[in-house]
Amino acid sequence: MAQPNDFGFGEEAGLLKDSARKFFADNLPVDALHRLVAENPDPERSPELVWREDLWHQMVELGWSMLAVPEQAGGLGMPLVAVAGLVEELGRAAFPCPLLGTLNATYVLAACGEQGRGALEEICGGLSATLALTGPSGSWLPGDTPLAAEGGRLSGTACFVQDAGKVDRILALARAEGGLALYWVDAGADGVTIEADAIVDLTRDQARVTFDGALATCVGSNGLAAVNQALPAIWTLLAADMAGAAEWQLQTTVEYVSTRKQFDHPLGFFQAVKHPLVDVMIMADETRSLVYNAACAYDHEPEKVAQFAHMAKSSASDLAGFASSRSVQYHGGIGFTWECFVHLYFKRQKHSQALWGDGAWHRAQLADILLAPAA
Amino acid sequence: MSESARIDSPEQAEFRQYCRDWLATNKPGEPPVRLPQSALEIMTEPQLHYLQAWQKSAYDAGLVGCDYPEEVGGGGRKDCQRIANQEMIRAQTPFFPNVIGLGMAAPTVFYHAQEALKQRLLPRLFSGEDIWCQGFSEPGAGSDLASVQTFAERKGDKWVINGHKVWTSLAHFAEWMIILLRTDKSHKYDGLSYFVVPIREALGKGVTVRPLIKITGETGFNEVIFEDLEVDDSYRLDELGKGWQVAMTTLLHERGAGELQTPRSGGMKSKATHEVNAAAVMELARNTPRGAATAADDPLLRDRMMQLAIREKAFEQSQRRSRVQALLDHPMRIPLQNKLLASEIAQGMSELALDIEGAAASLYLADPNAPAGGQWPLAYMNTFGMTIAAGTSEVQRNILGERVLGMPKSK
Ligand SMILES: Cc1cc2nc3c(=O)[nH]c(=O)nc-3n(C[C@H](O)[C@H](O)[C@H](O)COP(=O)(O)OP(=O)(O)OC[C@H]3O[C@@H](n4cnc5c(N)ncnc54)[C@H](O)[C@@H]3O)c2cc1C
Repeated sequence: MAQPNDFGFGEEAGLLKDSARKFFADNLPVDALHRLVAENPDPERSPELVWREDLWHQMVELGWSMLAVPEQAGGLGMPLVAVAGLVEELGRAAFPCPLLGTLNATYVLAACGEQGRGALEEICGGLSATLALTGPSGSWLPGDTPLAAEGGRLSGTACFVQDAGKVDRILALARAEGGLALYWVDAGADGVTIEADAIVDLTRDQARVTFDGALATCVGSNGLAAVNQALPAIWTLLAADMAGAAEWQLQTTVEYVSTRKQFDHPLGFFQAVKHPLVDVMIMADETRSLVYNAACAYDHEPEKVAQFAHMAKSSASDLAGFASSRSVQYHGGIGFTWECFVHLYFKRQKHSQALWGDGAWHRAQLADILLAPAA
Repeated sequence: MSESARIDSPEQAEFRQYCRDWLATNKPGEPPVRLPQSALEIMTEPQLHYLQAWQKSAYDAGLVGCDYPEEVGGGGRKDCQRIANQEMIRAQTPFFPNVIGLGMAAPTVFYHAQEALKQRLLPRLFSGEDIWCQGFSEPGAGSDLASVQTFAERKGDKWVINGHKVWTSLAHFAEWMIILLRTDKSHKYDGLSYFVVPIREALGKGVTVRPLIKITGETGFNEVIFEDLEVDDSYRLDELGKGWQVAMTTLLHERGAGELQTPRSGGMKSKATHEVNAAAVMELARNTPRGAATAADDPLLRDRMMQLAIREKAFEQSQRRSRVQALLDHPMRIPLQNKLLASEIAQGMSELALDIEGAAASLYLADPNAPAGGQWPLAYMNTFGMTIAAGTSEVQRNILGERVLGMPKSK
């Protein structure tokens, strides 16, 4: 299949991206974000859930949580490039909300065919969701799920479940009689225990979710195929978030080094500062280009999408590490403080770096594709 | 690959098919001699003549200068050079010899010369019959290009040139030179003017070309001495004192950031040629034994190969994104990265190839046991030409930091 030259990023996608940028900037600029999530610096603080649920409801009203739901299931059926545009803005704002989890669940459900229809309709009805399929080792491979299902009841403990404290539903991958299957569970149901992790990132929440015979609806009998089909979208969207966050780190640091003076010059005059910031820009551009290529492939060149999405997430993870380190370093002492906003993004990026596979993992997967012995 | 899989406009689609059909029957045969890795190292007449014949036939078929107007010898098409380039690369044709002409002189002449001069110069430039060279750098003017001292003194409607240019690629075959000259010693930038000079006809009569030997042992660049060479004022481009602005047009295109797409072919696979790309490095790894397995099974080498394959794909996709307005911030942000990225990715790839070869990377061109004919050590050394020429990588990072990110100017 052929990809359109412009990534299929049309006028509608442009408008969506612009309005998302404005929405986040108007409603939760970085100083407000900092007041919201960074009130308590205690390194030993217990996990707290701080987010603007009212803004999330506005996002739902705007239709953003059902963007990726196919039209047949009552959603907007937007292409992944358009969704990636929105998520890039979400990352730029480091906005705390369960959008990524809901989108991730959407792509998995959409790959379940008729069986996933009911759950998708709930998403269109405004419910949020997240995926649970990772065990204590932190493996993101579907085959390593720690959960099991028997007679419509789930058991086991899933780790590193994103935004678990914010969501209405959990989409769990579990070992069942016929292989891996997907289950749709009410996050507040009996037999579901959500224990929040104490995490570094202030803009997300994460939890261990224990299922103890929780009642669950099977929404996909071929869970392995559905998750594998959706994974490239999941990697691509996270990479889009990271590209947006890196752009904030870049612009903020450039602004700082252009104003702060030492040795009679703004810091950016010195090439030891200027050149690495150029390298951050270059890496950010690489990631963005790879994100839109992978996103376009999801809808137009599915035979290549896994390959392209591995590239995007690998690039994003390396970018996140480098942009984060440079943003703190070039702010000097102030960059090392709790009051300087760069730490919000530093922490979000470090969290994202390993989430759904770090750069080395994605390159290892990519190598298996590109260096496979000739057939 | 996926670049050509994308959707074309009707004109582009028709032109693509035409290129494909033409190349299917007219792609040149095996070169009679080993070709250099790029046009900048053409050393002998047989190399030059083989490559010139190829450029001429591609021009006659309409694959060179496609986007220039017909009056100046172009094809009068819109955004089609890209298509021709993709098809030539896909067909694995040899590269063009007149790279300075196509990439730098043509856009500069097109934007800044009088109509009659354009009509005279451009057709023979496109066809490759006239090879061009670029006389910018001097012993005292490298990264700080505006400090050129080669002087042109006015004498009626003539100019008399004296001075010394260095690193002048292809001057040994060139008919014409684009040249940055000082016409006023009291102003650094506004004292520069830009000319085209017919150097071949002046050899031994005011112009001396001496080859310089490169780190690889190859020749390809030269020093060029001017002693009282008289040049007509009609060879001046744009106004007196506007040389720096004209030079910016040249440099923008040289760095792959200009409006007009440079005609480009290449990718020929034969015993006489060599290409630097991720596919070639991966093939080398598959064919290089490592213990009981191959270098392609070594996890560290696999990781490095993937890093470069990813950057290569990102570079291709950034070209694509640079044409999608809604996905850009600063209009020059991607174009000004082109030269830096192309050269540094190529350097990383050939460096990795040497690590894959291991001890065998010690073997050079004349060694019968050298893997890939000893081309990888040659390629690695030649990539430093790329990271130094056309504004070094350090200068590119200054430009990006200052012009795109707006950081204060370094001295
Ligand atoms: C293969 C090849 C082909 C060439 N072909 C041509 C040609 O056809 N025509 C032509 O006119 N020229 C040509 N050149 C010359 C080329 O443009 C110059 O070599 C280049 O601009 C660098 O100038 P320089 O050699 O004087 O190095 P210098 O300017 O002396 O630089 C030396 C080192 O110092 C660094 N440096 C210099 N200034 C700064 C700064 N402000 N900040 C940080 N670092 C700095 C440089 O990056 C470099 O690493 C060619 C060069 C090569 C290698």
